[in-house]
Amino acid sequence: MPTSGSLWADVHGLVLGAVFLLAYSGGLAGLFTLRTRWETATGLRVLARQLIAGTWIMALVAWLTVVTGTYVVYPLYRSEFRSVLATSFWNTFSMAWKIHIGWFAPILATTVAYVVTRYRTQLAEEPRMRQAMVVLFPFAFVIAGVAGLLGALTNKVLPVY
Amino acid sequence: MMVRRQRRSEPAQRGKPREALSNGRAAAMLAAGIGSLVFGLLTILVQVSPAVRNALQFYQPAGQITGLTTLSVAAWLISWYILFRLWKERQVPFSWVFAVTLLLIVLGLVGTFPPFYGLFG
Repeated sequence: MPTSGSLWADVHGLVLGAVFLLAYSGGLAGLFTLRTRWETATGLRVLARQLIAGTWIMALVAWLTVVTGTYVVYPLYRSEFRSVLATSFWNTFSMAWKIHIGWFAPILATTVAYVVTRYRTQLAEEPRMRQAMVVLFPFAFVIAGVAGLLGALTNKVLPVY
Repeated sequence: MMVRRQRRSEPAQRGKPREALSNGRAAAMLAAGIGSLVFGLLTILVQVSPAVRNALQFYQPAGQITGLTTLSVAAWLISWYILFRLWKERQVPFSWVFAVTLLLIVLGLVGTFPPFYGLFG
């Protein structure tokens, strides 16, 4: 039977993490294929709508992940492992880095979602802008991935119950 | 600042140079960089000043990370709003905005890297 702490940790890491990964995959595929020579005008409009939905879902999930992590899971972790926080590598490096860099992901994801929403099909005609989003979007994903990996590893050693 | 004022009668999207980036899009990108940099700088400041560390404990059970993130998100949103207003009728060179944005994000990431900010503790 999962306890309240472990349930929150699972929601934070597994449930939201899985949705984040799905939204990212769809969003990146949409960004790559949003080109005038590959799509018809109707296809571009449909793709732009999917892209807007995917990027906003990713941004929303990223916000939910960092808020639940910072305000729910992290306080539980701090109270459970107070005695080793200053000495354990898993806190001084792994958790310390994770709780910081995780917050970059929603900011970057929201920026991409906003630009995609404002540009819509025009992104297909502006390759440099699309390429910029193709850089920022995976940047947000890699940052979230590093935070997620550090969180998973830390949770193996210092699990929240 | 490398900006060019746009004629008032000219819509933002029409007739702009290929490299130009207008309105909220430039503001959104650069503001993300500014928010990231503020996050990195505040993280270092927390190491340097115990007073700042205590002041940023907005939610005691989670410690100073709550103040750090709240202020950084505030800096991001406020800078976005200010840049949006400033650049409302201007076009900004795309390469410049994107390069500065990436630089600020990387500086922010370096500032939040524990071995780096630990040097200031």
